[in-house]
Amino acid sequence: MAVPLLYAVLSGFKSTDQLSRNPVGLPAPWNPGNYTGILGSGDFWRLVGNSTLIAVATTVLVVALSALAAFSFARFAFRGREVLFTVFTMGLMFPFAVAALPLFLLLRSLGLLDNPLGVILPQAAFGLPMTIIILRAFFRQIPGELEEAATLDGCGPFGFFWRVLLPMARPALGTVSVLAIVTSWNNFFLPLLVFTDNTWWTLPIGVQQFQGQYSADYARVFAYLVLAMVPALAFYSVAERQLVGGLTAGATKG
Amino acid sequence: MTSTFLPDGRTGPDLAPPPPAADQARGRRRRRTLNLLTAVGFQLPALVLFIGLVLLPMLFALYASVFRWGGFGMPTDYTGADNFTRLFQDPVFLGDLWRCLLLVLLSLALQLPFALAMAVLLNQRLRGRAVYRMLFFAPYVLSEAITGVLFSMVFAPDDGLADHVLGAIGLAGLGGEWFADPSTVMATLFLVMTWKYFGFHMMLYLAGLQSIPAELTEAALIDGAGPWQRFRNVTLPLLAPTLRISVFLSVIGSVQLFDLVWVVTQGGPDHHSETLAVTMFQYGFKRYQVGYASAISVVMFGICLVFSLAYQRFVLRRDLEGATTTMRGGGA
Repeated sequence: MAVPLLYAVLSGFKSTDQLSRNPVGLPAPWNPGNYTGILGSGDFWRLVGNSTLIAVATTVLVVALSALAAFSFARFAFRGREVLFTVFTMGLMFPFAVAALPLFLLLRSLGLLDNPLGVILPQAAFGLPMTIIILRAFFRQIPGELEEAATLDGCGPFGFFWRVLLPMARPALGTVSVLAIVTSWNNFFLPLLVFTDNTWWTLPIGVQQFQGQYSADYARVFAYLVLAMVPALAFYSVAERQLVGGLTAGATKG
Repeated sequence: MTSTFLPDGRTGPDLAPPPPAADQARGRRRRRTLNLLTAVGFQLPALVLFIGLVLLPMLFALYASVFRWGGFGMPTDYTGADNFTRLFQDPVFLGDLWRCLLLVLLSLALQLPFALAMAVLLNQRLRGRAVYRMLFFAPYVLSEAITGVLFSMVFAPDDGLADHVLGAIGLAGLGGEWFADPSTVMATLFLVMTWKYFGFHMMLYLAGLQSIPAELTEAALIDGAGPWQRFRNVTLPLLAPTLRISVFLSVIGSVQLFDLVWVVTQGGPDHHSETLAVTMFQYGFKRYQVGYASAISVVMFGICLVFSLAYQRFVLRRDLEGATTTMRGGGA
């Protein structure tokens, strides 16, 4: 399981020449030049910055909109509620690939190609179903007495949502946020469609392009790969519990 | 204004003054309308985004699939079902369907049982099981692009890790072209998919296993059931809801496979690893046959729809009460 990862890390410390003579052993000598070279260039950091910005913006948007919608699904009884909820949950069943082509045309006509919004808005839209389902389940568990108490104290629906529900739902919000960040960070298809020039490229696109560009320089590609893995794995080691919790909650709920 | 249901000019002792019951009903109705407006107000931003960027594009793909269209301006060259008849004579597309089925079957027959076995193993009191969990799940967190590039290097002909390992244990003959050979490309891709995704299913199973009360297994133990019997008659039935969800996700995932294939082989060699999504991408974005590509989207949509509905109807019904398509209200 870990062998390919270790292989990549070690290979990054070799020169390509060394790699072809000594493909599997330890590097001798250890040669950090590939790593430092990539870290020293602004390109890599720009990709990290782009990925971060897009992931954070997507997450804020999808969590905010989902929380509002989930609140109304969980705490209001109104006509057509279940129909509306079904419409959202249908989104879970359909792959992004189905909508990719017309979505691209839509973004083109809106002038959102080569614009981070062209990735952020669709990502948020496709993230809504899962986020709403998880949050609705959580909001439902909050006892109705709290709502009554808040109403007696003069809270309107939004006041209750903002001052009581959201602070109480912090763990659930954390879980869906981690989920949204990871999904956005790893997205490949949409940035591939939307970003034709490299200004806004994200890390997954950068990795693929780097391999194409330096296909003969194996050791350098390995170093790039390893560095590209670091943010995701670091984030995972911090947020593992939330991520796993979110996936299992989402998977068993819908 | 609320008295429209009263016949004109009818005044009687029983109707005027308005009985308090009607007043109450009117108030209730007004409250209900207010409630609806508030509720929909909360939904509106999400609804606009979802309809605009998810539902409308999907419907538009449906519309565009009956035109011959290059993707500029509005489609005008209506061709009826031509794109679809052409699809079902296209060997690449038929190959896509076959490969899709193959991936589904391989996942169900190999990947998920493997994930289940690992989950059962890691559910035991085992030294360092937290480490194993982290390790097995880590690939799921890496993007498909990173995984794809990594394994295209691992399986690089001659220089890659795979060939060197096989050479070192005296099996050099087994090494080869991997992704570049039509006869091995799908098997190699499947291997990579397993590396990437099995940890995800394993985590689902682990969560499911943890919700099974230990008393049940203990009771079976006391009744003299062996490990296999305990697994077969206690664990498996109780894990069934989790298994059903994992099968569902696995099938939908296989239908839409794109990133990994695009990064590793772009569908090659000679279309031998192409998936529906890759073919759609080729036609839509490389050859500007947008109408035809939309027809492929529609087929993908159709496969997912039929599968989802059938699966929900016949398999998931018990698990999803009140969660998705059952129209039951549930508690508010």
